[in-house]
Amino acid sequence: MTYLAKPKLLAADAPRNALGFTRRDYEGAISTLCAGCGHDSISAAVVQACFDLDIEPHKVAKLSGIGCSSKTPDYFLGNSHGFNSVHGRMPSVLTGAALANRNLLYLGVSGDGDSASIGIGQFAHAMRRGVNMTYIVENNGVYGLTKGQFSATADKGTKSKKGVINSDNPIDLAALALQLGATYVARSFSGDKEQLVPLIKGALRHGGPAFIDVISPCVTFNNHNGSTKSYDYVREHNTAVNRLDVILPKAQIEASYPPGSLRRVVQHDGSILHLRKVGVDYDPSDRIGAMNHLQERQALGEIVTGLLYVDSSGQDMHTHLNTVEKPLNQLGDAYLCPGSKALEALNAMLR
Amino acid sequence: MSTPAIQHCNDFVIKFANVNGSGSASANELFARAIIRMGVPVAPRNIFPSNIQGLPTWYEVRVSEAGWLGARGGCDMMVAMNPQTWDRDIAAIEPGGYLFYDSTKPLPPSKFREDITVLGIPLTAMCNEEYEDARQRQLFKNIMYVGALMALLDMEFAAAEQLIVDRYRGKDQLIKANVNALRLGYDYAKQHLPCPIGLRVKRADAVGERIMIDGNSACGLGAVYGGATVAGWYPITPSTSVIEAFSSYCRKFRTDPDNGRARYAIVQAEDELASIGMVIGAGWNGARAFTATSGPGISLMQEFFGLAYFAEIPAVIVDVQRGSPSTGMPTRTQQSDLLSCAYASHGDTRHVLLFPQDAHECFSLTAQAFDLAERLQTPVFVLSDLDIGMNEQLCAPFEWDDSRRYDRGKLMTYAELEAGKDFGRYLDVDGDGIPYRTIPGTHPTKGAYFTRGTTRNPYAKYSEIGTDYVYNMERLRRKFNTAKDLVPAPILKKAAQPTHVGVIYYGSTAHAMAEAGAKLAADGIHVDTLRVRGFPFSDEVMQFIAERDAVFVVEQNESAQLRTLLINEGEIDPKKLVRVLHYDGSPITARFIAGKIADALTDRKISSIGQPQRKVAS
Repeated sequence: MTYLAKPKLLAADAPRNALGFTRRDYEGAISTLCAGCGHDSISAAVVQACFDLDIEPHKVAKLSGIGCSSKTPDYFLGNSHGFNSVHGRMPSVLTGAALANRNLLYLGVSGDGDSASIGIGQFAHAMRRGVNMTYIVENNGVYGLTKGQFSATADKGTKSKKGVINSDNPIDLAALALQLGATYVARSFSGDKEQLVPLIKGALRHGGPAFIDVISPCVTFNNHNGSTKSYDYVREHNTAVNRLDVILPKAQIEASYPPGSLRRVVQHDGSILHLRKVGVDYDPSDRIGAMNHLQERQALGEIVTGLLYVDSSGQDMHTHLNTVEKPLNQLGDAYLCPGSKALEALNAMLR
Repeated sequence: MSTPAIQHCNDFVIKFANVNGSGSASANELFARAIIRMGVPVAPRNIFPSNIQGLPTWYEVRVSEAGWLGARGGCDMMVAMNPQTWDRDIAAIEPGGYLFYDSTKPLPPSKFREDITVLGIPLTAMCNEEYEDARQRQLFKNIMYVGALMALLDMEFAAAEQLIVDRYRGKDQLIKANVNALRLGYDYAKQHLPCPIGLRVKRADAVGERIMIDGNSACGLGAVYGGATVAGWYPITPSTSVIEAFSSYCRKFRTDPDNGRARYAIVQAEDELASIGMVIGAGWNGARAFTATSGPGISLMQEFFGLAYFAEIPAVIVDVQRGSPSTGMPTRTQQSDLLSCAYASHGDTRHVLLFPQDAHECFSLTAQAFDLAERLQTPVFVLSDLDIGMNEQLCAPFEWDDSRRYDRGKLMTYAELEAGKDFGRYLDVDGDGIPYRTIPGTHPTKGAYFTRGTTRNPYAKYSEIGTDYVYNMERLRRKFNTAKDLVPAPILKKAAQPTHVGVIYYGSTAHAMAEAGAKLAADGIHVDTLRVRGFPFSDEVMQFIAERDAVFVVEQNESAQLRTLLINEGEIDPKKLVRVLHYDGSPITARFIAGKIADALTDRKISSIGQPQRKVAS
C-alpha cells in the first residue's frame, strides 16, 4: 500500500465556508478501505460537519486506536495533527492531549473492537472523567483487519460470514456512555448522512464528553443475511427518535416548525440544537428515560438512532481540575519553575 | 556479664521494633532528627510490611559521625516494642549490645540474653497513669521512649524539644503535651537507669548544610522544577508518594496567585496503561508529562513504551523499584527493573535511563529527565528504588540555576513553517538522528502530520517499504548514540594507590559502596570505582572497563542486570565483569560489598595493586 495523492483539480465555483475553505481543505489522504465501506461515509460526514461549522482544521486533533476505523483519521482533516495510537488506548492518549491543551477540538475515532473489547476500560473511564471530546465509534460488529471475527458489539444470534452463530451477549456502547456520564449521546447509521452530519456537528460544539455510536456496515465481512449490522438490516430496523439541526449562534433561524414538534437546547458555546420530533414523544434530557427507551426498543429488535441524550449544563474535566485558561503546553518557564529562592527556603525547612 | 558492653560514641545502630499503625513512625523520626540537630549524621530506614495495621515494622537509625549513610547491618541497641517479634529482635542484638523495653509486664529471664545490657521502663504503666484516652496512651508512649533514649544516650533534651516546637508551631496544646511526654521518659530514665550507657551521642559539626528528605518527595519536587504540567498515574507502592509530593508542591508553587487556578493537571488513571497513555498524549501535544510507578506498572506499560519510542514522543517515567517479579516484595528494595526498562516493549527498542544515588539526585535527575525527553523525543526513565525513595536521608541541599531555561528540543515554529522550511517529521536534518516536530495547532496549513506506530517515510507518510523502515531504525540508533553524551556522566573515584581492579555501581548502592571502598582500602585492597548515572553508557564507562583487569559490578538484583547491559552494549568479555549481587530485599551494606570483593580477589588470586597480571581479551 502506498500513499496516494489527491488530484489537485478543484472546481472554481466550489463552495467556500466563512473561513474561505472548500470541503477539499478538510479532506485527507485517499482511503484505503474496501469500496463501499461504511467508514468512508463517516469520514465524509466529518469533513462536511467541520466545513459547515467553519472549524480551522489545525485546531482539531484527531486520535484513534487500531483497526479499520482507526485508520480513517488519515482520510479526513489532512491539515490537522493525527495520532493513530495503540489498540484500545485512544481514550487515554486523547485525555492526555486534552490535558495539555484545552483549546483544541478533540476528535476520537474508534471501532467496536477497539472500544468495546480491548479498550472498554479506557472507553468507560474517559466518559466518566468528562473529557471534552467527540468520540465516534464506527461500529460494524466485526474485526475487519483480521478478517471477520465477531467483536463485542455483535448481537447474540447473529451469523458470521463463515456461518458461525455468535453466542455472546452484545455490549451497547451508547447505553454504557449514558450510564457513565457522557453528556451528549447519539446513535446513527453511516448510510444516513442527513442524520449523521448534524449529530457530529452538535457533538463538536458540545463542550463535554460527546459519544456517537455509528453503525457502519463492513461490506467485506458483515453485510450478509443473518448479520444485524448489514446495510439492509440496519435500514429495516432503524427507528430515529428525532432529527437534529445545529444552529450556530450567529446564524439566523429561518425554519419554522409546527407547535410542539421541536425541542431547543442551547449548548455552552451558544450553539443551538433543534430537535425535531419523529414519531414517539421522546425526551432527550431524561437520562434514565433514554436508558429505558434503548432497552425496550432493543428488546423489540429495533435500532434506536438520533440524539439520545444531551445535557448542556455538564462540566468537563478541566473544570473539575480547575486548570488555568491558558493551555498547559503554552505556559512558559516563569510560570512553571519556582526558582532558586523558593528552593533555598525549602532547603531551610528540611534541616 | 562476660561480654563487655559496647562503647561507641556517634557510631552505632539503634533499631526500633514496632507494630505498624501504632504511630511510632513520627516518634522514631523525632529521635533521628534530634541527633541531626546535634550535628551528627544519621541514616534512618523504615522496614515495613505491605499492610496498614498490626504487622511488624522496624525503624533503623544508623548514627555515623563519619558520615556513612548506607545500611550497616547488625544492631547495637534494640528498642523492642513489639511482643510479636520479641525473640528475633533479641537475637538480632550484637554481643555486648543493649535492649530497651517496656517493663510493665514482668518477663521470665529466659526471654533475655546474658551478653547484653537490659534497660526496662514501665512505659505502659506510666502512660496509663498519665493519660485517659487509649489513643493518647499509645501515641505518647512512643514519645516517652524517645525521651528515655535521649537520657540513656546522653542527648541534648533541647534538640528534640525544639523539633517539637518547630513541628507543631502555632498549636501550643500539642507542643505542651508532646514535650511533657518526652520529659516524663527522660526524667524516669535519669532517675532509674544508669545514664548514660556505652552508646552516646555527642554534639559534632558533621551535618553541615545537608537537608533531610525522602527521594520520592525529591522526585515530585524535581518534576515541578523540571516543568511538568501533566501527571497521569496509578497508585503503587513504593512510588505513590512521588505523585503525592508533586501534587503538594504544585499546590504550593503552581497555583495561580490571581485566581487560585492550577497550572498543572494530575489525573489518577484507571490503570498503568491509561497513565502512560495520558503521559504520551500530553507529550505529543507539547506538555511536559510524567508518571511514577514500580515494576508491575512498567510491565503493564510495555506496549506504550514501544509506541513512544517509535513515534518519538517525550515522556518521563519515575520507576521506584521494589522486590520483584510479580507482586514480589512490594515494601522491600531492589534494582531489578533495569533490563525491563532498558529494552522495554516488543521489537528493537532502547531507552534512556537515569540512576539517582540519593534524594539530591532524585531532584536533579528528575528535572533533567524532562529536558532529555524533549531533546531526544523519547521516553526517559528515572530509576529510583524503595531504599532512597521512601526513606528520609541526609543529602546535599537542592540547587537551581535561575538562568537555566527548559530545553524544549527541536520544535518547528509557526514562523519557520510560514517561511517554507522543509518539514519532515522523521527526517534527520542535523545528523544527530533527532528530527524536528510540530505541536498540534502550530500552523493552519503547514506542519500537520499523522503520528503512528507503523512504519513511515521521513515525511511521516505510511510506508511498508523496507528501505524506509531501515532508514528509520538507523536514525533511531544514531539518536540513541547522541544520547550517550547527553545523559549525566559517570563519576570516577580513583583509589589511593594505583590498581587494576575496578568497581562499577549505580543508584542507591552509592552510600554502601563509598564505605566499602574505605573499608577495603583500610585492609590494603585498592579499587577504582565508577558510578554509572545514565544509559546509554558513555565511552568513559567502556574505557574504565577496558583499562582494568577485573571489574566488579555491584548491584541489587539476582541476575546481574547492569552487568548484562554492559556486556551487551559494550561487547565486553563476560569473564571480566565479576558479579556482586545483593537481593534479599534489604538495602545493600558496606560489609557485604567489601566481603564479597575481598573473597573474590582471594579466590581468583588477583592482587589489587601493582602491575596488571593478565590481559583479558576484549
